[in-house]
Amino acid sequence: MKQKYLPLTATILIFLLSYALCVAQYPNMLSTRVIGNLLTDNAFLGIAAVGMTFVILSGGIDLSVGAVIAFTGVFLAVVLEQSSIHPLAAFALVLAITTLFGALMGAIIHHLEMPAFIVTLAGMFLARGMAFVLSIDSIPIKHPFYATLKGLYFKLPGGGRITLIGGLMLLVFAVGILIAHRTRFGTNVYALGGGTATAKLMGVPVASTTVRIYALSGLLAGLSGIVFSLYTSAGYSLAAVGVELDAITAVVIGGTLLTGGSGFVAGTLVGIFIQGLIQTYITFDGTLSSWWTKILIGLLLFAFILLQKGIIRLSRNGRQPA
Amino acid sequence: MTSTVRTYLTRLLPQLIALTIILAAISIIFPGFLNLQIQNGRLYGSLIDILNRGAPVVLLAIGMTVVIATKGIDLSVGAVMAICGAVSASLITSGHSLAETLLVTLAVGILCGIWNGILVAVLDIQPIIATLVLMVAGRGIAQLITEGAILTFNDPGLIYIGSGSFAGLPMPVIIWLVFGVLVALVVRQTALGMLVEAVGVNREASTLSGVFTPVLLVAAYVLSGLCAAIAGVIAAADIKGADANNAGLWLELDAILAVVVGGTSLLGGRFSIAASVLGAIIIQSINTGILLSGFPPEFNLIIKAAIIVFILVLQSPRFRAAFQFVSIPRAAGKPTEREAK
Repeated sequence: MKQKYLPLTATILIFLLSYALCVAQYPNMLSTRVIGNLLTDNAFLGIAAVGMTFVILSGGIDLSVGAVIAFTGVFLAVVLEQSSIHPLAAFALVLAITTLFGALMGAIIHHLEMPAFIVTLAGMFLARGMAFVLSIDSIPIKHPFYATLKGLYFKLPGGGRITLIGGLMLLVFAVGILIAHRTRFGTNVYALGGGTATAKLMGVPVASTTVRIYALSGLLAGLSGIVFSLYTSAGYSLAAVGVELDAITAVVIGGTLLTGGSGFVAGTLVGIFIQGLIQTYITFDGTLSSWWTKILIGLLLFAFILLQKGIIRLSRNGRQPA
Repeated sequence: MTSTVRTYLTRLLPQLIALTIILAAISIIFPGFLNLQIQNGRLYGSLIDILNRGAPVVLLAIGMTVVIATKGIDLSVGAVMAICGAVSASLITSGHSLAETLLVTLAVGILCGIWNGILVAVLDIQPIIATLVLMVAGRGIAQLITEGAILTFNDPGLIYIGSGSFAGLPMPVIIWLVFGVLVALVVRQTALGMLVEAVGVNREASTLSGVFTPVLLVAAYVLSGLCAAIAGVIAAADIKGADANNAGLWLELDAILAVVVGGTSLLGGRFSIAASVLGAIIIQSINTGILLSGFPPEFNLIIKAAIIVFILVLQSPRFRAAFQFVSIPRAAGKPTEREAK
């Protein structure tokens, strides 16, 4: 049973070790300010990654996340600029749209029996295209309510701040962990990842679970888009390109098995932290160029895939004699 | 011989019809569209432009077809294009000869393919994830080579590859024509193509029946890497510089789309390189058509999404079961099962 926790333990150890190394070189990195910024800067990515975790746990993939984030941002910017609707109402509206969008993709994946990869690729084109149609310019959001939301924060000892969006990400992770481990839906997701045929035989409602998984991913991508528009105070149809890849990477580094069925939402949070830490280190160093982030994250991704392969092989070998 | 021609035509019929409809539609909106003229011994016109602009996606689609036929996918081609463009630009600016530059660049593409192939065939990682590693890290590597800047060059030999012409046609068109015919011949005149399809239909069964699967899989990814290298050189030569950030960006998705439009199933098995090339040309015609007809280019992505959904519905098992009495659409969307039988 302990093997289940091995990738997660490895992720946490790597994070602690690399954080310790960073602190040894730059003692200033051990401050609540850095931790607060880490949360704020990665909030939108973290929220999207929670949705991605559920999708990957079920054995699927969602490539539309980045495009949905961009669509949400542009939609909010256009709506707030051209009508007098309150931002909260606009938030509710856009969340409904993205949730429906995700549910539709889930329905296509299940009912047309097509690979999630290509269906969500079409979804990515569609969402990005809708964003382009709404506006090709970067539209600033100047609504006073945005300023109020951005001004909200919880002060930590040592000068750090947990901003509204940073706190929201932690909340989403907490809710995600509860859903994954304490609800019937969560159990169904894990069962689906173990194999569709087996899940069907066990009585898992495959159709409704698949639709709900992608609806959840759409909802969280929309929420991530709202956070992103708060973070940048603008809507731009070319924003958030490639966020889906960062999210997938965070999920894998977090120890979730890409074939589905095994992993933890909490691991994804550590995966986000590791990516953020690499970026923070490069900022602190100042001489390293930003492209090292990509190379290091690629290497980490590779290392974790190898680790997963090793564990699967070990567990198979262990089972065979019995 | 006539029967082979007929099978080819039936296989390519849906794509040819689609292409004809699209070209006809554009020429109605934009009358001068089909005009060709010769200036300074070179053909000019929108049609030639489509063939020329489509060169990178056509090349990527050739490699992607074989990879998808093995039930794989190669997400790294865009990043490999960026790496190879950067390699060729940095070699040519540091004073190496054109032959050396091209050889090393193609070798780098092959190396990238070997890396992907080993991850898939030997370490047994899912292709989407295995190639994701290089997709994420590749652009970083390309930026490392160009040191973050856009490396420009003015070597006439290298530029000729991107914008020169030979026998009246632009050089990129010649390159993909020759390369495509070569690959199609190698794959179809030998048993290789059939073995690739066998691996795609059932990897375990083909291994058990004596197909040396790992080597075939690595070879498929090597071909894809090689295609990406050529496409990368063309893209760099076209703009006389290597742009690590934007070269080949999202072209992997266009290449996959081209293969899907060409009717090769993403579930592996039966494939047609000619159909994928036609698929790439169809996509490029749509792009050019949208530009020419004065539609805002913003609609480009939505139209692409609509096309994917349409083809997905055609290919979906449920749809086909419901319309089994219609025979022609079946042939259009159902390459794999006929082969399996």
